Amino acid sequence: MSKEPVAVVGIGQTKHVAARRDVSIAGLVREAAGRALEDAELTWADVDAVVIGKAPDFFEGVMMPELYLADALGAVGKPMLRVHTAGSVGGSTALVAANLVAARVHGTVLTLAFEKQSESNAMWGLSLPIPFQQPLLAGAGGFFAPHVRAYMRRTGAPDTVGSLVAYKDRRNALKNPYAHLHEHDITLEKVQASPMLWDPIRYSETCPSSDGACAMVLTDRAGAARAPRPPAWMLGGAMRSEPTLFAGKDAVSPQAGKDCAADVYRQAGIADPRRDIDAVEMYVPFSWYEPMWLENLGFADEGEGWKLTEAGVTELDGDLPVNMSGGVLSTNPIGASGMIRFAEAALQARGQAGEHQVEGARKVLGHAYGGGSQFFSMWLVGSEPPDA
Amino acid sequence: MTSEASPGRREIAVVAFAQSDTLRSTAELSEVEMLMPVLHDVLAQTGLKTADIGFTCSGSCDYLAGRAFSFTLALDGVGAWPPISESHVETDGAWALYEAWTKLLSGDADTALVYSYGKSSPGSLRDVLTRQLDPYYVAPLWPDSVALAALQAQALIDAGDTDERELAAIGARSRTTDNPRAQLKGPVPQGDYLVRPLRRGDCPPIGDGAAAVILAAGERARELCERPAWIRGIDHRIEAHSLGVRDLTDSPSARLAAERAGAFERPVDTAELHAPFTSQEVVLRKALGLGDSTRINPSGGALAANPMMAAGLARIGEAAVRIHRGESDRALAHATSGPCLQQNLVAVLEGDPR
Repeated sequence: MSKEPVAVVGIGQTKHVAARRDVSIAGLVREAAGRALEDAELTWADVDAVVIGKAPDFFEGVMMPELYLADALGAVGKPMLRVHTAGSVGGSTALVAANLVAARVHGTVLTLAFEKQSESNAMWGLSLPIPFQQPLLAGAGGFFAPHVRAYMRRTGAPDTVGSLVAYKDRRNALKNPYAHLHEHDITLEKVQASPMLWDPIRYSETCPSSDGACAMVLTDRAGAARAPRPPAWMLGGAMRSEPTLFAGKDAVSPQAGKDCAADVYRQAGIADPRRDIDAVEMYVPFSWYEPMWLENLGFADEGEGWKLTEAGVTELDGDLPVNMSGGVLSTNPIGASGMIRFAEAALQARGQAGEHQVEGARKVLGHAYGGGSQFFSMWLVGSEPPDA
Repeated sequence: MTSEASPGRREIAVVAFAQSDTLRSTAELSEVEMLMPVLHDVLAQTGLKTADIGFTCSGSCDYLAGRAFSFTLALDGVGAWPPISESHVETDGAWALYEAWTKLLSGDADTALVYSYGKSSPGSLRDVLTRQLDPYYVAPLWPDSVALAALQAQALIDAGDTDERELAAIGARSRTTDNPRAQLKGPVPQGDYLVRPLRRGDCPPIGDGAAAVILAAGERARELCERPAWIRGIDHRIEAHSLGVRDLTDSPSARLAAERAGAFERPVDTAELHAPFTSQEVVLRKALGLGDSTRINPSGGALAANPMMAAGLARIGEAAVRIHRGESDRALAHATSGPCLQQNLVAVLEGDPR
């Protein structure tokens, strides 16, 4: 039994900012969804189902907010499914929505992810209370800093690599009108002089807290034929999970990430990701995760990822651009961050990424991860349909 | 589109079900410890191991545990090594089963493990559930789940759809069950009013519990189960959130889901309804067109045990088990989410012809 090909025909984002005090949560999500429908030239009535994702409900203090958001997203009378897979949720949500089309359960699905982080404090929302966790493990940075240290020790990477990534991503963000941080006076020296937060992670090498939403319209072959603008086609997609903590876990390069990438490459017929993939939107909340994921995703041999970064390969005009949009380092509405990666990959494949478009991008990877580097979701999208 | 048995669509069945006892308090157990025996039980029924499962999906809700990402540690109990293909819904496990069903439909997997769990005991459930209401206009008033259900019950009585005597009979019938996992069984006094017109006996017990199901496609299902419970259709629909724009005496979303799941094509002999309040059974019987020939909630339903986030999945499991045992040929299973039956899922299960 063959699966229905899945096309991305509409993409919408909000302008991500630290605090959207002018809109409610419903107003925020409706803005992104409306833009995605506009892009697809469809109306709410054309949508068969809604799949929504976000990170912990505690960030906004609303339990199962999809119930309250049903009206705002035109879901009344339709199926509405809520996904939550920690930081990877934006990606997983898109994949669950895509599967509804692939399985021919629905023809056109609206998928959306959001976070309105100004409603709370993510730093402490992510710090589990004692007795669930040891004290002083504040926020995600406290959890991931030791893993970055381990990477540096393992590979001998010079301690300048992290600031190169941050400097690049913040410059890329200047070309993306939806990015949260637009630091027009950014310099490498400023990044390197920023305060140390969780050694070796500096302030300018961390992601901001953003309010924002991202939406996509996914549809089948018939829907794609009616689309007003070029669609992006899903060539492969997968999720993988492994336990949070156990003796065999490689926190620097988790097996679940490797397996997830391998599954996507197999589906998409990618033999050599470094050669066959044109650009990557990867989930880099702390700058050092770029070289770490370059290895985990098979773009570099083990211990070699930082060399690609250092050589400028991942720059916007490099041989393998990474995070053309400015990435999570420039925009981080947590629950939406994974979907933004997926959507930005699709924008590139459609040739619709504007100033941060990579010339001739045909196959682009979107990547997300979450939890204690244990949940992974990825998709590869292309400008041509599968089997074409 | 979800329902009509389209030619060429894969046949998918529930092949195993397990659940924990539902207990008022499980302070001595972590969520993982509560879940582990259920996972072992459901896997043992089929002889499958974690590594044999094609897709895993779970349902739970952080607000019950009172901490973010509570589901991440439950994954450790699954034993997700080598890494597994896995997902999670922040709602009742019935919706996790729906996600797994679509995954099997697309051919990406032949088997799926679905589990869900919830501990209501760490907090005050009536207060906690107010947090799922509109956060700007309604939640600040703290209207609790019993008060909202009482509004619905009063609307039904005012419409002449039921009376307090019938509601009491529904509670009594539900608790006349031999389900060993039920929290309340046997004669329970109808008790005083909690919120008029609902008395204690019209309301579900508050409990902690877990449930798990294994799904399999086609021939794999026949290998794993003597009489698989085939999912002939499954669909879910949501209504407006605001109670002010809904007719609380009706459930158009349950009716539509049932129609799309094919429930009205032939009568069902059994219905497992997720109706936490006696009055909600009245609404659902009407919306689903269930007559006297259908046996309602032989398991006792949510009035006998209502583990949050697991009670809906348990309805599908209970219906499936009756088909496995040959006690039902065609059953309807229902799950709900949100205040006053806002969101509803309906599955139609059938056994092989006997």
